[in-house]
Amino acid sequence: MTARAVKLRRGWRPGSVPLLVGGILTALLVGIALTSLVWTPADPARMRILQKLKAPLVSGLLGTDQLGRDVASMLMRGAFNSLTTAFAAVGLGAVLGTLAGVAAAANHTLDAVLMRICDALFALPPILSAIMLGALLGPGALTAIVAIGVFMIPVFARVSRGAAMQIWARDYIMAARMAGKGTARITLEHVLPNISAQVIVQVTIQLAMAILTEAGLSFLGLGLPPPAPTWGRMLAEAQTYLLQAPHLALAPGLAIAAAVLGLNLLGDGLAARLDPRRRQAT
Amino acid sequence: MVLRTRSSRRHLLAGALLAGFALPGFAWAAPRTDLVLGMPVEPPGLDPTSAAPTVIGQVVWQNVFEGLTRVDRDGQVQPQLAKSWTVSPDGLTYTFALQTGVRFHNGEPFDATTAKFALDAIRAPGSVNPQKALYAVIADVKAPDPATLVLTLSKPSGNLLFWLGLPAAVMVDATSRDTLKSNPVGTGPFRFAAWRKGDRVELTRSPDHWNTARKVHLDKVTFRFIGDPQAAVAALRAGDLDAYPLLPAPELYGAFQKDKAFTAVPGLTEMKVVAGMNNAAKPFSDKRVRQALMMAVDRKLLIEGAYSGYGVPIGSHYTPNDPGYKDLTGLYPYDPAKAKALLAEAGYAKGLTFTFKSPQMAYASRTAEILQAMFSEIGVTMTIVPTEFPAKWVQEVMRDRSFDMTVIAHAEPMDIAIYANDPYYFGYKNPAFADVVTKAAQATDEATRLARYGDAQTILAEDVPALFLFVLPKLSVWKAKLTGFWQNEPVPSNDLTEVRWTE
Repeated sequence: MTARAVKLRRGWRPGSVPLLVGGILTALLVGIALTSLVWTPADPARMRILQKLKAPLVSGLLGTDQLGRDVASMLMRGAFNSLTTAFAAVGLGAVLGTLAGVAAAANHTLDAVLMRICDALFALPPILSAIMLGALLGPGALTAIVAIGVFMIPVFARVSRGAAMQIWARDYIMAARMAGKGTARITLEHVLPNISAQVIVQVTIQLAMAILTEAGLSFLGLGLPPPAPTWGRMLAEAQTYLLQAPHLALAPGLAIAAAVLGLNLLGDGLAARLDPRRRQAT
Repeated sequence: MVLRTRSSRRHLLAGALLAGFALPGFAWAAPRTDLVLGMPVEPPGLDPTSAAPTVIGQVVWQNVFEGLTRVDRDGQVQPQLAKSWTVSPDGLTYTFALQTGVRFHNGEPFDATTAKFALDAIRAPGSVNPQKALYAVIADVKAPDPATLVLTLSKPSGNLLFWLGLPAAVMVDATSRDTLKSNPVGTGPFRFAAWRKGDRVELTRSPDHWNTARKVHLDKVTFRFIGDPQAAVAALRAGDLDAYPLLPAPELYGAFQKDKAFTAVPGLTEMKVVAGMNNAAKPFSDKRVRQALMMAVDRKLLIEGAYSGYGVPIGSHYTPNDPGYKDLTGLYPYDPAKAKALLAEAGYAKGLTFTFKSPQMAYASRTAEILQAMFSEIGVTMTIVPTEFPAKWVQEVMRDRSFDMTVIAHAEPMDIAIYANDPYYFGYKNPAFADVVTKAAQATDEATRLARYGDAQTILAEDVPALFLFVLPKLSVWKAKLTGFWQNEPVPSNDLTEVRWTE
């Protein structure tokens, strides 16, 4: 807290440090992911079996894997694959969850029903359920997105419901009602814009979770099928090479850590900046 | 404990235990008589006559259970509980002279009645014996006297003596049969001592084994189940394991080959890695497509990538271990240009797209990825669908036959005849092949039999019902002071009857 106090005196606003670090890491991640679409050092799917297990800098920036593929290129394309899956999953969870949340806040009967459904979803362990879904639907991008996204619905529902409830208690809502606006219109014009900050913060935090879960699923073979490189599968395949070629495990491992850390810091910083209660507390 | 020198503490400890505490000087004289052996997979039960997993035999076959015959380390049939036999000229009657004075570990005697019971149990209508089909040719079993067993066959079967030497045909007695899964009782040199589920199975030497001619050197054997290859390697290095006869991670093997404290010489198994295709459906119903895909595969490179270069390429469903092996890898060698031309001739000039159901085992998923890359060179797009083995894979590929291509290691020795099975997952139908394997099975003289099996290999190599890739190596590691392990594996097993410490 003291460090923070010092920074505050110098004119830093709350959450600046996490926001800056998280922002840089996330920007790097997105930048690398997008770059991989137009350029990678080598074709990430190209095998040169005779060039396998080369150390970093001996062949390519990060060496080659057990099938002679360029690790740096796989890592770049893997960032894109991880991010798109995570974005799609969080998108699914955020849209459906927020809809459920504001609906629950606006209508008492809906509230009881929707929140019990959320309780039921919360009771299921996400990774295990994702594995079960993967087994049912068959592995693939869609499975991963659905499996991760579905379990984010209750998170967003809870957050948006709580925030929306507070908005509904405000005087200007009463005024809007008096002016003859219906529930749907009030939700659209007053509630949604006012809870967007909380939802955005939640999106960044859930993105980090989604990247982690996606890596877990592809580690177990339930993510994107090969040849599309994913960080999780790279990590899984690197396991038995830990002594011979530690770079194979370190590269995706550090990438996952950096991505999760970056998004978490960004979420934290945004929360400090955007959340009115936390803003008052500091 | 003043004697502690460079030699390992365990060594000294074991020696001290044996010699007692009276004369510590003798601790050096006696070699160890215990063995801790690691295996990657724990067997689901310990009865090889009622379940298929080869890991069952790898614990109990030859150690706890014995058969009428046995298959030795060279793949040759040797007498065991049957000391000799005669075959009638028409190949339909086998008369076995049995060992006398043999008792099971529970004290029950072994004689012709027991043998008849065991063989009848395999062939019984409700039998769940994993190799039931092999013994279906036995029409009748008679026990005219306690030391004589007579088998009558419905048709000649040249491989019968080999089949009788497999784990699925071991001799069991009627009183213990129902509890063999958890408490195996056989006639072997080791008896079952304990099974700690998830960890280990312990065997101890049977004090009164019938076969006094073959002295067993070990007193106590522990099979430990360590699934993670890294952990197994660490356990070997730490001295917690004395041997690991089937290392599933070839990339970890090289370090042991360089280490003087261990013996690590790759041998051969019977595990034929083949990429089976659905011959009954398009596009694989066209022989040219299958041949083209075969020519798109560089087997040497595949082995390098999928199995660190260990393993031997094959051109048909037969291993160099098997008698009568023909090297047919040259028939459709790697030639992408020719492969492309052949695909065009078959009407797929613009390429081809299909799915590949890949089990999760490392060799399989690596093979899948490499095949995918090799096929893409000739314009073929292969989509990999990871499919969990065994449950999901068996259901979808073996039972429903809803697949385009898959890969699996076929573990059973001399199982080329599976391509004549109808139905079988390849969906391969070739009357000429079925005829040749029937003739081979019915031939009673060795030369004719092997010649027919040679024909069978050639037909498969030409027809390519599955892409014949390679034989998995037996990547075994044991301490340099141990001898007597099998180098190759004509039968999946860990026969410990000849294993001993040299000092």
